[in-house]
Amino acid sequence: MTAENQNVEKLMRGEYRHGFVTDIESDTVAPGLNEDVVRLISVKKNEPQFMLDWRLKAYRRWTEMQEPQWAHLQYPPIDYQAISYYSAPKSKANAPKSLAEVDPKLLETYEKLGVPLHERAKLAGVAVDAVFDSVSVATTFRNKLAEAGVIFCPFSEAVQQHPELVEKYLGSVVPYSDNFFATLNSAVFSDGSFVFVPSGVRCPMELSTYFRINAANTGQFERTLIIAEEGAYVSYLEGCTAPMRDENQLHAAVVELVALENAQIKYSTVQNWYPGDERGVGGIYNFVTKRGDCRGANSRISWTQVETGSAITWKYPSVLLKGDNSIGEFYSVAVANHYQQADTGTKMIHIGRNTKSTIVSKGISAGHGQNSYRGLVKVLAGAENARNYTQCDSLLMSGLCGAHTFPYMEVKNPTAKVEHEATTSKISDDQLFYCRSRGIDTEDAVNMIVSGFCKDVFKELPMEFAVEAQRLLAVTLEGAVG
Amino acid sequence: MNAVAEALRPYTEGFAALTSAHADKAPWLINLRRDAFAHFTAQGFPGEREEDWKYTSLRPLEKRRFVSTQSIPEQIQPALLEPVLLCEQPAYKLIFINGRYAPALSDAVDGVSGLRITELSTSLKHDARSLQPWLTPETIWKRDSFTALNTAFLQDGVLIECDADVHLELPLQLIFVSHQQPQPGACYPRILLKLGARSQATVIETYYGLVGSANFTASVTQVLLDDSASLEHMHIHRESPGDFHVSRVAIDLQRASSYTSHTFNLGGLWIRTDLQARLQAPQARTVFNGLYTVNGRQHVDNHTCIEHLSPETRSDELYHGIIGGHAHAVFNGKVIVAKHAVKTDAAQSNNNLLLSRGAEIDTKPELEIYADDVQCSHGATIGQLDKQALFYLRSRGIDEQSARDMLMEAFAYRLIERIAAPELRAYAARQVNQVLPGMTAVMEQS
Repeated sequence: MTAENQNVEKLMRGEYRHGFVTDIESDTVAPGLNEDVVRLISVKKNEPQFMLDWRLKAYRRWTEMQEPQWAHLQYPPIDYQAISYYSAPKSKANAPKSLAEVDPKLLETYEKLGVPLHERAKLAGVAVDAVFDSVSVATTFRNKLAEAGVIFCPFSEAVQQHPELVEKYLGSVVPYSDNFFATLNSAVFSDGSFVFVPSGVRCPMELSTYFRINAANTGQFERTLIIAEEGAYVSYLEGCTAPMRDENQLHAAVVELVALENAQIKYSTVQNWYPGDERGVGGIYNFVTKRGDCRGANSRISWTQVETGSAITWKYPSVLLKGDNSIGEFYSVAVANHYQQADTGTKMIHIGRNTKSTIVSKGISAGHGQNSYRGLVKVLAGAENARNYTQCDSLLMSGLCGAHTFPYMEVKNPTAKVEHEATTSKISDDQLFYCRSRGIDTEDAVNMIVSGFCKDVFKELPMEFAVEAQRLLAVTLEGAVG
Repeated sequence: MNAVAEALRPYTEGFAALTSAHADKAPWLINLRRDAFAHFTAQGFPGEREEDWKYTSLRPLEKRRFVSTQSIPEQIQPALLEPVLLCEQPAYKLIFINGRYAPALSDAVDGVSGLRITELSTSLKHDARSLQPWLTPETIWKRDSFTALNTAFLQDGVLIECDADVHLELPLQLIFVSHQQPQPGACYPRILLKLGARSQATVIETYYGLVGSANFTASVTQVLLDDSASLEHMHIHRESPGDFHVSRVAIDLQRASSYTSHTFNLGGLWIRTDLQARLQAPQARTVFNGLYTVNGRQHVDNHTCIEHLSPETRSDELYHGIIGGHAHAVFNGKVIVAKHAVKTDAAQSNNNLLLSRGAEIDTKPELEIYADDVQCSHGATIGQLDKQALFYLRSRGIDEQSARDMLMEAFAYRLIERIAAPELRAYAARQVNQVLPGMTAVMEQS
């Protein structure tokens, strides 16, 4: 087994050793959304009044909103009343009884990813007890973190134990009325992560959490809130895999980051939810609102994402550069294979003086995939000496896929410097030929070239993630060329 | 009456006046006008939420009441046109005042074999059969209110047809003069241009505002290039500080044909131009060059769209902008590569100098690609004059203002350089030079 393989295995095993909490008590709420459902969610989670009020405000606002149509995406209309808004443990009656009943293709994928045997059963949704849902993640290093003063816990726990922090920061970056999907999330979010790093603390470890969608017909509505006080530093990893399911599942998460003076937040994502099969059947609909707020001077927020999964990706991690000298970064690899569609990018809003932003986006399209970069760089009139550099490249791997770029640049300050460049091309025949002539088979040659194409982004990922990301990419693009 | 109907009222009144004053002979034309106007009123002006109008508000246009020009305008002194007249070389000239053809100022173009120039106002009074293929609803207005408006009010313009293998020695200049009127007027010129196989021509379309004019022009230009035909098309916008203009240019390219545009936005209050090229057959190629310089309260919006619909097509686009005062410039360049349009080569670049506080630039270079074996790139920059270059010039004893002038000229001249014919280059340089010094003055205020 290669070193990389072992790394992945270690990572996966490590994750499960610390385990997930399975919420045995959670019960099924009938599909549909109304005020009662919102109240029920709040009651079940034993939330204080301010949370319920906030959820209800969001729900009422949501009923007046229209689903956005501007993205370069095509999907059948979503029936929001057909979704169950509180995660229920899945019916074990329908689940496969053993690995023998699981789709062999799925098992093959696990093999390639280096998922250990005992993990595969869980991932494939075999009816074992440890099946988990969207309710919670356990965090075992909590003691060590507590020593440092870092709070890292499920969102619902934070609501119970640190209501003052939640009340202060929740919705302060992504308000409940922000957009259709964020508002829906605000009304019905089930759980998520909460991180608070107090003033001057450098978080002693990388924080990670795995979200896995496990039950059919359950919309997932996580909410993550990360606060880094003055001079604090935190690196947060988010990884996602999903087992094979036929029905489209809706996922509408919200992530809010707050960086105060001199604070730094690094947020990395590897997203590998079920993308649907080769014919475009099934797959996750991923409509995510992620936004960071560089509230204090010299603060820094960096988003790194590897998006290989989901049938539909609608995601624009953004940074509000309010503090003077603050820095926003966005590094992204997005893959659209088979019938996947991705409309993703970022927004960098320059408000403070001497603010800087860097955007590096790499899009890979294969099969019938449609990949769009949509980004906004906005320099307000008061943002003296703002600086932005954007590079977005697309790689095309089949004659039926599409790669699109929609960058918006809006500048109102005459000291701003904004640059954007984009290229689109296919994998060069010369490069392929060179590798082939050295005895490297096509599949490996393609992997090599793609890895090179994505290097600028992968080098921003924490090591374990970089390894996992590369393997994911290879699996995702299997058979895309040749 | 609601606000929408109120904004459309001048046009409704104008349309009633037009249809009662002048009865079309051809039934198809009567229907076409009626349909086009119905389309316009049903749709109204584009709303703020429309992506194509995101950065350009139609409020200033809606607030004004433009009378649809009916009368033949008074004559003007030919000397008034000198600033925009191509005098670097002989040329054929057709002059329109407030949208109406002015025969006394124009040249009769006879004796060029293979070239037919039909002036529309005369042609429309007769059967206008030669125009019918150009004016089918599907091809001309689609979802666009301004093209529909132009079609409804169609009265003047020109149809230029070149047979196969005709090389026009002299450029053809069309000058549309905006002239002060008691009440600001709207006019709707239409330019139809067809080059037969292997023909070559140069056309200069100039919009010029005389002192005090404050009119609205909604022009539509349609260009058809047959196999291997080649057209050099210059668009000069030198309207007055009160003029409004919405310009639509649609170009259709057949096999191995070539279209080059040079757009110079040098004036006007509120200008929107849309250039749309469709590369229909292999080896078609298009070059879009553009320069916009704006200051004061000007608003200039350039939209370009290049559709690569066939394999082995090429496009090259360069737009430079200089924005001062409280002006607002918009650039939106779209490149679409259709499925199977492999071996497409498309390059696009948009560079902007943002020179003063209060000025704004919104730029959006877009790529939509549905084929794999392509080479496409785009770039956009927003910045200021290079401080090091300024320092270099200053250290050689050049005063600050001259140094800035030089750098700005150099930035603008990148576009002039791209004009092949020396006479035309000189003409374009003269146009730019008449406007640029004003830009430096604006910068100093900031």
